[in-house]
Amino acid sequence: MAIVPLERKPLTFAERTYIPQIVAGLKTTWKHLVRPKQTLEYPEQRPAIPAGYRGVPTLVKDPHGREKCVSCQLCEFVCPPKAIRITPGAIALDDPTGHVEKAPQEFEIDMLRCIYCGMCQEVCPEEAIFLQNQFSMTGYTREEMVNRKARLYELGGTLPDTHFKWDKKKAAEDHGNALH
Amino acid sequence: MIATPKPDLVTVNVDGKEIAVPKGTNVIEAARLVGVDVPYYCYHPKLSISGNCRMCLIEMGMPAVDPATKAPIMDPATGKQKINWIPRPQIGCATNASPGLHIRTNTPQIKDCREGVMEFLLVNHPLDCPICDQAGECKLQEQSTGYGRGYSRFIEHKNVKPKRTQLGPRVTLDDERCILCSRCIRFCKEVAKDDVLGFVDRGSYSTLTCYPGKALANNYSLNTVDICPVGALTSTDFRFKMRVWFLKQTNSIDTESSVGANTVVWSREGVIYRITPRQNDGVNDTWMPDSGRDLYKIVRANDRLAVIKVNGADASLDEAVNAAGRLLQSAAGAVAVIGSGRSSVEEQFLTRKLADALGTSTQLVSRVGQGDGLLISADRNPNVRGALVTGLIKDLPTAKLTSLGAAIDAGKVKAVVVVGEDLAAAGLSATQMAKVAIVYLGTHANATSTAARVVIPTLTVFEKSGTFVNQQFRIQKYLKAVPGVAGAQDDLPVLARLVAAVGGPILAGELHALWRTLAAEIAALAPISFATLPEAGLLLDGTPYAAGPFVETESLHFNPAAKPAVTT
Repeated sequence: MAIVPLERKPLTFAERTYIPQIVAGLKTTWKHLVRPKQTLEYPEQRPAIPAGYRGVPTLVKDPHGREKCVSCQLCEFVCPPKAIRITPGAIALDDPTGHVEKAPQEFEIDMLRCIYCGMCQEVCPEEAIFLQNQFSMTGYTREEMVNRKARLYELGGTLPDTHFKWDKKKAAEDHGNALH
Repeated sequence: MIATPKPDLVTVNVDGKEIAVPKGTNVIEAARLVGVDVPYYCYHPKLSISGNCRMCLIEMGMPAVDPATKAPIMDPATGKQKINWIPRPQIGCATNASPGLHIRTNTPQIKDCREGVMEFLLVNHPLDCPICDQAGECKLQEQSTGYGRGYSRFIEHKNVKPKRTQLGPRVTLDDERCILCSRCIRFCKEVAKDDVLGFVDRGSYSTLTCYPGKALANNYSLNTVDICPVGALTSTDFRFKMRVWFLKQTNSIDTESSVGANTVVWSREGVIYRITPRQNDGVNDTWMPDSGRDLYKIVRANDRLAVIKVNGADASLDEAVNAAGRLLQSAAGAVAVIGSGRSSVEEQFLTRKLADALGTSTQLVSRVGQGDGLLISADRNPNVRGALVTGLIKDLPTAKLTSLGAAIDAGKVKAVVVVGEDLAAAGLSATQMAKVAIVYLGTHANATSTAARVVIPTLTVFEKSGTFVNQQFRIQKYLKAVPGVAGAQDDLPVLARLVAAVGGPILAGELHALWRTLAAEIAALAPISFATLPEAGLLLDGTPYAAGPFVETESLHFNPAAKPAVTT
């Protein structure tokens, strides 16, 4: 490849005074001074979370307050970083939700491991685990960064339900095999 | 060289592939041999055929012959003998291989049949998979994926049936999930010989139930849970404990008697959740007793030993081995060694080496119960024959160590090495035990470990690998399923170090290396190594011991060579 020597053009008078450049710079500065603010004063002001946002995974209850998780452990199985740990357990027969038979004794999500991928929500056959709006998790120890069952329900709250699968099951059980 | 088929072999044609199988082979098994999957629920290779699930439908045909002349009718299009196909599907499980049998499993008619059968089976199925313990090993799940329609057309109300029936102390029944295959009924009738189950009501209201006033309480009841193709019968112990897809399977041996039933230990992260039988057609078919399934609970028992003790104080393994070595050498000539019929072949070999180094002989303690004629024998030690093969003992053990007690009283024995046995249970009094220095190797606390000068905690059968020789003289291996509890020591290195500490030869404490010594020193084990020992075990020559007064009576796949000794 041939080397082409380029001759640097000499600066004009205006350029040598630097004034046009300073003015152009100040113009940008003044423009931002009068434009509306882009930033939030974070802890006091919170951003609006768009729909479908994948925040901290939480457990939810149905509108009747029944815990929806039946500890099938599919989320534990599918979780890529193995952040979920479930201890399954049985529900006592005399419990109002005894017909569901199974619920988690303990449910732990290690938020130091969680990668917010949302596969647990996708795989859940009972629509019990949701990645909701909460995006900030802090703690001073590793132990604090593990969300246990009570905390997960506290974060999750109640979400609307369209199926009421287990209520229908209960109704069918009460009704028996007589003509429907 | 092409082997000519043996006279009892017949050639059948499965989906165009020819295979020679023994005459009378079930068509499902013949198809399996050529890699064709015929789905089924009610068929079980070890049970009678009932043919009621209709899942194994196949098309079947026989070569055509002229009715009058019996001459083969040829098909001009192919030049081969014409096949007369039966126009309607047949069930595969009730069809046996006969010469020239042709079956087809991949035709549109069969695909349609399977979809139809799956749809009927799922009509009243509750779709409990998220809470069902069978999920992951459920035939209904697998086959609805493999052969089902993939969607439901059923919009009516499903039947309601009892969901939490206790059929017995160990089995819970969910009738809604039951597909009425009757495997459990046939098992109870044919294998367990305890005919308590049956169906009541008709049509889609049919329900599995126990005979009124009876319970599914026999010691083989949990096999019904294993053979249930769906989640209808579940183990009360394992119910809701863990999903099966998390569990690691390790082959093991049932240690409760000398039958040596083959088992699989299911564990996750060092915790055992259940034990199920493993098929071995020479030993236990596909069954095992319920009592053997509880044995995993010894691993985390409260009385488990986990601290090495010398004279009651905590010690390191080095200190304990040195203390034991000094103790035994100072009592040289007056040492007794008590081995165990529960130790593995390798441990018994090292125990023998210890006894040889100390110049003494070994005794075992026998445990005799009632044999049930099936998979629990009268001899409740899993490995007495291993002690005979390794030369640890010459004569069969007795239940009580009366001669040892007499020797202690006479002052002839000053120290006793005990491997996994309880001297108090074997008839020694506390004063006799206090007179001698005891070196105890064992898993759980007992009177002997309390009285012992040196206590070295060791591993249970689930935490180590080894071999047992069962009542048929079949040497079978078991593998380590979970790591040992903290503080417990592996038996083999401890025994090898003890042998060295009392002036015996330097022996390997590692299993595979030790097996080279075993193969070199014991003629019966010469061709064997631990790594190459087959899963189904290897029959050793038991004729040198055939006259021995063994206590076992006849059981599944076992006929005692000599008349069983009278049990006391």
